Amino acid sequence: MHAEAAHAGPVVSIKGVGKTYKSGHTALKNIDLDIRRGEIFALLGPNGAGKTTLIGIICGIVRPTSGTVTADGFDVLTDFRRAREAIGLVPQELSTDAFETVWSSVSFSRGLFGKPRDNAHIEKVLRGLSLWDKKDAKIMTLSGGMKRRVLIAKALAHEPRILFLDEPTAGVDVELRHDMWEMVRALRETGVTVILTTHYIEEAEDMADRIGVINKGELILVEDKATLMRKLGKKQLTLTLQAPLEAIPEALADLPLTLADDRHCLTYTFDTQAEETGIAALLRRLNEQGIDFKDLKSEESSLEDIFVSLVHGARA
Amino acid sequence: MNVHAIAAIYRFEMARTFRTLTQSIASPVLSTSLYFIVFGTAIGSRMGQIGGVSYGAFIIPGLIMLSLLNESISNASFGIYLPKWSGTIYELLSAPVSAIEAILGYVGAAATKSVLLGILILVTARFFVPYHIEHPFVMVGFLVLTAATFSLFGFIIGLWADDFQKLQVIPLMVVTPLTFLGGAFYSISMLPPLWQKIALFNPVVYLISGFRWSFYGVSDVSVGISLVATFGFLLACVAVVWWIFRTGWKLRS
Repeated sequence: MHAEAAHAGPVVSIKGVGKTYKSGHTALKNIDLDIRRGEIFALLGPNGAGKTTLIGIICGIVRPTSGTVTADGFDVLTDFRRAREAIGLVPQELSTDAFETVWSSVSFSRGLFGKPRDNAHIEKVLRGLSLWDKKDAKIMTLSGGMKRRVLIAKALAHEPRILFLDEPTAGVDVELRHDMWEMVRALRETGVTVILTTHYIEEAEDMADRIGVINKGELILVEDKATLMRKLGKKQLTLTLQAPLEAIPEALADLPLTLADDRHCLTYTFDTQAEETGIAALLRRLNEQGIDFKDLKSEESSLEDIFVSLVHGARA
Repeated sequence: MNVHAIAAIYRFEMARTFRTLTQSIASPVLSTSLYFIVFGTAIGSRMGQIGGVSYGAFIIPGLIMLSLLNESISNASFGIYLPKWSGTIYELLSAPVSAIEAILGYVGAAATKSVLLGILILVTARFFVPYHIEHPFVMVGFLVLTAATFSLFGFIIGLWADDFQKLQVIPLMVVTPLTFLGGAFYSISMLPPLWQKIALFNPVVYLISGFRWSFYGVSDVSVGISLVATFGFLLACVAVVWWIFRTGWKLRS
């Protein structure tokens, strides 16, 4: 494929990809997905949904049963060299060369991906991941979090244009997790496309430009995060009452109100997409009913709420 | 051709050797020295010549072959099995590396180590028994060819094995017996006629015979046949490795 054409389309294009293992287990069913150049894409799904299989197919570790995948414009099977040169992979498992030093392991990765030795780049990567002080340490002597950093350094050693992070913050402490997301943001600034899977949905909510939800091998949904939140997100207005209420008055029965068990809180749920939220009318009608409140707060559904409802919806 | 990948794998594997010098070099040299002391100096001094060669000198090619075969298989099988076992194989599988490049890196490093070891044993032998090499270029050729062939064979074992026991079973249960019965310590012409014929089915006979010819100009079978047999095994190993990488057998799910 011509270089310009390769850079015009999606950075990863997945068409009709399916995977059935020899055991008969179908891990993926007819997946179609385009990843845009330079975005952070979060792939969410419960355990066994097919996330790692999909990443494995794109990276060349797993062979698809059907369909085609291109990375940076190159077919991952027929033009595997150019496709794989573009990709860096941080696997879910902490698989490391235990007896090697950090420096030699990261340098090895750069060579393996066809790049000439560049000590300055390796130093930059190690410093960026706070590994420079550990460059001569054997990997077996490092903590789990540090090993995770080494895996990221190895994936970045050959300057990939697409970075896959498969559960990168699993088992990592809060400080390191924040460092990693800072690094991901910095990579995006340099034009690197980042595709991540994570169990920490708040991270996807915080980081991703787009979200894909996969369940039982099927891609249930792909959406801009903001649009997804807007489409499926609900807002709630919670009023803390001056005096407890025995029941919601008949005159307010037409409103989407719920009374908390302690009778002190009234919750009003409304659609974020609707032209009128109805809050002004609600407050007026409460006043007419003589219901006073001492506090109010509004809350938006989290991505986790949306994710859970999507997956449960698919199961139903 | 991904030359940087070949160099990276080769350097990585050679570094592993130098990190484990006791296991990689000292141990085989010590065990071979013991063979020289026991069979070459102690027992050999009481034995007659074989084909005009003193017994101590006669066993040198066989002992080098014994170490060469075992170490070639061990180096190459461990080299590829270790990343499979530790899980770091994901990096090789996701890298822009073809089968031939992976072979050149892993097998090249394993063969280099074996050749270095063979030379070291040859030098060590000089301390125990006098010997000469009639065809030094042929000797080096056999050394390199055998190291490459059996490193490839070891690479196949490393790809096939899914536990440490499988990694050891073929070198211990197949290769070592074949080497001992392949004329490492005797000429097959010393066997009864029926066993001489049976011995010709042992591929190691051809390796040791050809290698010994390069030293003393005497052999159990024609040197040409030895070369053809070794090349044949080399090509068979190349074909198997190529098939493994093409199909992803035991590598890709």
